[in-house]
Amino acid sequence: MKTIIRGGRVIDPVRDIDGVRDVIIDDDGRLAGVEPAADSPRDVEVIDATGFLVLPGLIDLHVHLREPGFEQKETIATGARAAVAGGFTAVCCMANTNPVNDHVSVTRLILDRAREANLARVYPLGAVTRGLAGEVLAEMGELRDAGCVGFSDDGRCVMVSSVMRNALVYARTFDVPIAVHAIDETLAGRAVMHEGEHSMRLGLSGVPSAAEDFMVARDCVLARHAGARLHVQHVSTKGAVEIIRVAKGYGVRVTAEGTPHHFTLIDEDVGDYDTYFKMAPPLRSAEDREAVIEGLADGTLDAIATDHAPHESLVKDCEFENAANGIIGLETALPLSWDLVRAGRLSVRRCVELLTSGPARAFDLPYGLTKGAPADITIFDPDARYVFTADRIRSLSRNTPFVGRDMVGEVVRTIVGGRTVFTR
Amino acid sequence: MIWRRKDVVGLADLSVEEITTILDTANSFKEVNQRERKKVPTLRGKTVVNLFYEPSTRTRTSFEIAAKRLSADTVNFSASSSSIGKGETLLDTVRNIEAMHPAIIVVRHPNAGTPHLLARRVKIGVINAGDGAHEHPSQALLDMLMIRDVKGRIDGLTVAIVGDIVHSRVARSNIIGLTRMGAKVRVAGPATLLPAEIERYGVESYYNMDEAIEGADVIMMLRIQLERQRDALFPSKREYARFFGLNNERLARAKPDAIIMHPGPMNRGVEIASEVADSTRSKILDQVSNGVAIRMALLYLLAGPYGDDGEVA
Repeated sequence: MKTIIRGGRVIDPVRDIDGVRDVIIDDDGRLAGVEPAADSPRDVEVIDATGFLVLPGLIDLHVHLREPGFEQKETIATGARAAVAGGFTAVCCMANTNPVNDHVSVTRLILDRAREANLARVYPLGAVTRGLAGEVLAEMGELRDAGCVGFSDDGRCVMVSSVMRNALVYARTFDVPIAVHAIDETLAGRAVMHEGEHSMRLGLSGVPSAAEDFMVARDCVLARHAGARLHVQHVSTKGAVEIIRVAKGYGVRVTAEGTPHHFTLIDEDVGDYDTYFKMAPPLRSAEDREAVIEGLADGTLDAIATDHAPHESLVKDCEFENAANGIIGLETALPLSWDLVRAGRLSVRRCVELLTSGPARAFDLPYGLTKGAPADITIFDPDARYVFTADRIRSLSRNTPFVGRDMVGEVVRTIVGGRTVFTR
Repeated sequence: MIWRRKDVVGLADLSVEEITTILDTANSFKEVNQRERKKVPTLRGKTVVNLFYEPSTRTRTSFEIAAKRLSADTVNFSASSSSIGKGETLLDTVRNIEAMHPAIIVVRHPNAGTPHLLARRVKIGVINAGDGAHEHPSQALLDMLMIRDVKGRIDGLTVAIVGDIVHSRVARSNIIGLTRMGAKVRVAGPATLLPAEIERYGVESYYNMDEAIEGADVIMMLRIQLERQRDALFPSKREYARFFGLNNERLARAKPDAIIMHPGPMNRGVEIASEVADSTRSKILDQVSNGVAIRMALLYLLAGPYGDDGEVA
């Protein structure tokens, strides 16, 4: 049976659509068309989207699904459940599992589990180096053939410049991007938050902004000379935004992402050692946050990505310096991004780009409301007001500083391949 | 004032009135320390646990003597710095101790903020005996008591703190406490040991020690940790002593009645010349004596007359 999503404001930046339209889905789950509203034929299921935004399915380039190895934090099934609840129809999962996704058997396991979960599409990223050790390249060609859409040692930085150069050059063979967690680990040391006035107040050792700026600059230089594709993950500093802006001006093939927590929170929010605000890279200064927002608005940054990092309470309920890094983000990303629209910092169209076509282009993923393509659609109520409470969370973990926050904007339905996988 | 605070985890939380109360209370305990029988029954039947995750002979001994002079029972609990290494979390360790019903836990821990975490999670009083590079409130309080003893006031004085400011919990607590009490605080040291944002604390910062101590009423020298040399934060002890060591020649720039302080242990000949450390202007050993009085005051205020059984000294 055909489905028609009726009466919503349909936005697809790629096809330059923004207006009230009907979205028609064929009985095989493919998109039959986006058309001016008309009377419904009989034998169709009608989804009333009046007052809602109807968007191409959101894509998150950066999540940790924790399986295999850390199933107490998240599994592929629970992560996919959180993804669709947050409006994401596709997510890219990082390789820092146990075992690391540096071998096709791990890639296949991830894809099998995702197929069984049958919710969001899951695109694995393979490791750049075996065991994330920064020494020997992983078998990128074989991993690509098995389904990896890019490569990243996320959580770690490939510190040796010659290894990073070889990774970028080698990846050209398959024209796949290398995504980087850019941090000079020798500058960061064992630091646990942003280096600034607040780290001084708390007596915690700080990660200098220079540690990120420097590695972003290094990798842009290496990518430029290699003619390779570079993707900078979770940009957190003003310097990194400026360097990426310049690199793009030079024609470097670099894309980049910003996270909702880096454009929403700052280092002072750590308060008195609140471990829910501990992440890598750390929450930066107000000036850095401003630069990230500007980068998202002006196209320097291509995508909003969550860095969804689930952790069980045990590793957050402890001393700040011993606490695990990261917060979950799939279920808060869209309302937090919408805050930027409401504040006039992003246009609606730009916001949708950052969550759909921007990420898709970085990793060559299918996207948009294209006729004949599988219908991946997110329906969003931009006016819903609610308090984000812990019992809304579908992720297996609840490590988020946003519990208790007043939110505006709520995902009401997520459709993957024409099939509704989430309704509020 | 009526003392209502359950914990003392940092100078940052304490008001001028609370600091003054602690100093005044400590003053009254100094007399006990002068007696031949140095003991009052104030905390009889109460237990003070010294939970030290970091080795510290002098601070632990000072707390232990303070507790014993108030007739409390003391237990020293030295743990390895990583409780996770033993399979038990810090919170579980402390909940176990709490289940044995002590009155106070005195905690030293290499991780900043640990006393704050414990104070939020346990019902009994927590005293911070030093947390990472964050705060060392009892040290700063004894320093303030020392200054008040000699100068009669803190308000309006100029205090120069010299050395490794960035890694020093003593410096941090003193900066917060002294500025709150109305002193003008200057800090000095090589740029690698001064935080970039330090002036936001309302202090003046100097790379030149001579300028920093010009006209100072109090000079507080900090111990230079020699492992910082391995971290390439300064080139050598020799060079450090030349630019940031306190000697008699340099001391002449301070006020004639300026006093010298040091939280110990000293590196003689590095941050402080022996002739300065042993001079009459040096209050280094008096600081140690005041430490016992301050710690008695803290234990008394937290576990004493406003404790759960209402016992009054």
